[in-house]
Amino acid sequence: MATAVGDVPDTDKLPDADKPPDPDTVEGHRLSAARYRLLLTCSAVAVVVAFILAIVIGAVAVPADRVLGIIAHNILGEAVTPFWSPVENQIVWQFRLPRAILAAVVGAGLALVGAVMQALVRNPLADPYLLGVSSGAALGAVIVLVLGTSAVGGLSLSVAAFAGSLLALVAVYGMAQRRGQVTPSRLILAGVALAYLFQAAYSFVLQKADAPGAAQSVLFWLLGSLGGARWSNLGVPTAVVTAGLVVLLVQYRPLNALIAGEETAVALGINLARLRFGLFLLTSLLVGVMVAAVGAIAFVGLIVPHVARLIVGSDHRRMLPLAALIGATFLLLVDILARTADQPQELPLSIVTAAVGVPFFIWLLRRQDRSGRLTVT
Amino acid sequence: MRLSAAGISAEIDGIPIVSGVDLTVQDGQLVGLVGPNGCGKSTLLRTIYRALRPVGGAVQVGGDDVWRLSARQSAQRTAVVAQETSADFEFTAFEVVTMGRGPHKRAFDRESSADRALCLDALARVGLAASARRSFATLSGGEKQRVLVARAIAQQSRLLILDEPTNHLDVRYQLEILGLVRELGVTTLSALHDLNLAAAYCDRVYVMDAGGIVAGGAPHEVLTAELIARIFGVRAHPLPHPETGKLHLAFSLPSIHTASPVPLEEPVAK
Repeated sequence: MATAVGDVPDTDKLPDADKPPDPDTVEGHRLSAARYRLLLTCSAVAVVVAFILAIVIGAVAVPADRVLGIIAHNILGEAVTPFWSPVENQIVWQFRLPRAILAAVVGAGLALVGAVMQALVRNPLADPYLLGVSSGAALGAVIVLVLGTSAVGGLSLSVAAFAGSLLALVAVYGMAQRRGQVTPSRLILAGVALAYLFQAAYSFVLQKADAPGAAQSVLFWLLGSLGGARWSNLGVPTAVVTAGLVVLLVQYRPLNALIAGEETAVALGINLARLRFGLFLLTSLLVGVMVAAVGAIAFVGLIVPHVARLIVGSDHRRMLPLAALIGATFLLLVDILARTADQPQELPLSIVTAAVGVPFFIWLLRRQDRSGRLTVT
Repeated sequence: MRLSAAGISAEIDGIPIVSGVDLTVQDGQLVGLVGPNGCGKSTLLRTIYRALRPVGGAVQVGGDDVWRLSARQSAQRTAVVAQETSADFEFTAFEVVTMGRGPHKRAFDRESSADRALCLDALARVGLAASARRSFATLSGGEKQRVLVARAIAQQSRLLILDEPTNHLDVRYQLEILGLVRELGVTTLSALHDLNLAAAYCDRVYVMDAGGIVAGGAPHEVLTAELIARIFGVRAHPLPHPETGKLHLAFSLPSIHTASPVPLEEPVAK
């Protein structure tokens, strides 16, 4: 008779009661289940607080009670009697609320994509723009800005940026694959090389073109801004990021196996080629949509997954939801700074994220040096 | 669960690495695969656990061609302890073991109490019950290997593939790991570089050289001085192990022998 490893043939039955540890109370994770739940709750509260702050704070401060009143009024109608000015209503409802929603959505989305990209290339220093997406988007945008929409068949600016980012991703994937196999190192090298190619291309177009302001507006795609947030352009990013979160949460086992090692993943029954292609498609879609909406915001996707891993470890089931919440909070706070630090100008978001992110990154590198190996938890 | 490979040929980047290998592991046996570095041991193992599709031949596990099974079905039958570490990301020992439940779970399933009990039990069997929460990256080499064996236990597969499981381990851990595998009683095929470990623990041994099997059988029949000289280029002196009486080999380089005025295997009588 065949013997199974483990010799515990029935998974539905617990081993005998003479085993002292109760599997539901013994903790095998860095944080206990109760602590993890508390952490997640606190992180969710932090998102809400940051969200309200993002609407209250601005060139014109609108007190929190009015903010809540305005939101209630716009959703519920006349049931809430206005105790605010029409201008405040417009600031909150037309500008700050959509902007805060987009900040939360994109912050969460970047954190997710960063985590997935790091798993995909098995390198903890990967970020969402590793594969040349932002320079591809910039190229698409520059072409529209300089040559007009007719040059790209009447595409709008953000659709052209989206097309540019997808073009970059397809080119990177094509370069990185050999006989259907994509290895992390080839993906990274292809991404870096093509990013330079796209940079060269849009710089050339900008230099040749006589389009005043085009160089200025290309900065939007390279450094990121939430200034374009309106109700009308929230739908696609929100839907895509939400769907992405759900899909990734279901894929936590393959993601874990992937970072445990390629052979390990195969040995655990994962179809590596299909998983890589699926993750590639998903990250491309997420990054493309986000870049088209807000441009490329540096460091969020690089740093937030690290922070989440430092707290709960690498298990994606625990790490992804936390990373999404931290990412949302972080970008909400960053946008408040970007709007208020240099009034009446708005700072591009990457300037703020770099100011916060680079010191963290250096700390991370120093940490590796001391331990002598890459323990970027 | 019986493993049989027939006529396996495998290539990497168009270069033939393994050619025409026939190999059988009977149910419940521990079979060793030995051979010099680069002879194709790992590549052959990879065709068995579906990491590399062979260009010729077929691998059957439990009577089914593994390349006709899905990756998931194959993983339900075959567990692997490969030569690989993931130092860059941190998991606890328990989380690593839990990965072994993956092939039995659908995407929307969560780990049940039974799964957790199984994983804790697996850790207990490798003597690491108290280390469930420790970070895998901070474990010693021997502890890491034991955690990976625990993952294989939690995977509840009926065939275990080990690729040099004793690599980089202190001698005590080498003996412990193979003793543990022996004790599990599951059908096992293990690549080993230490001929003495193979002789001490394996029911059968296959010797590989230059991508092909050159000999197969019980260790004392296969690991002869003549074969070892031919394949590994060293002189082997078979001795009985003082405690177990099993085959034990002492090695020397041929050049030392030719330089020596006294033949090593025949001490001069006084």
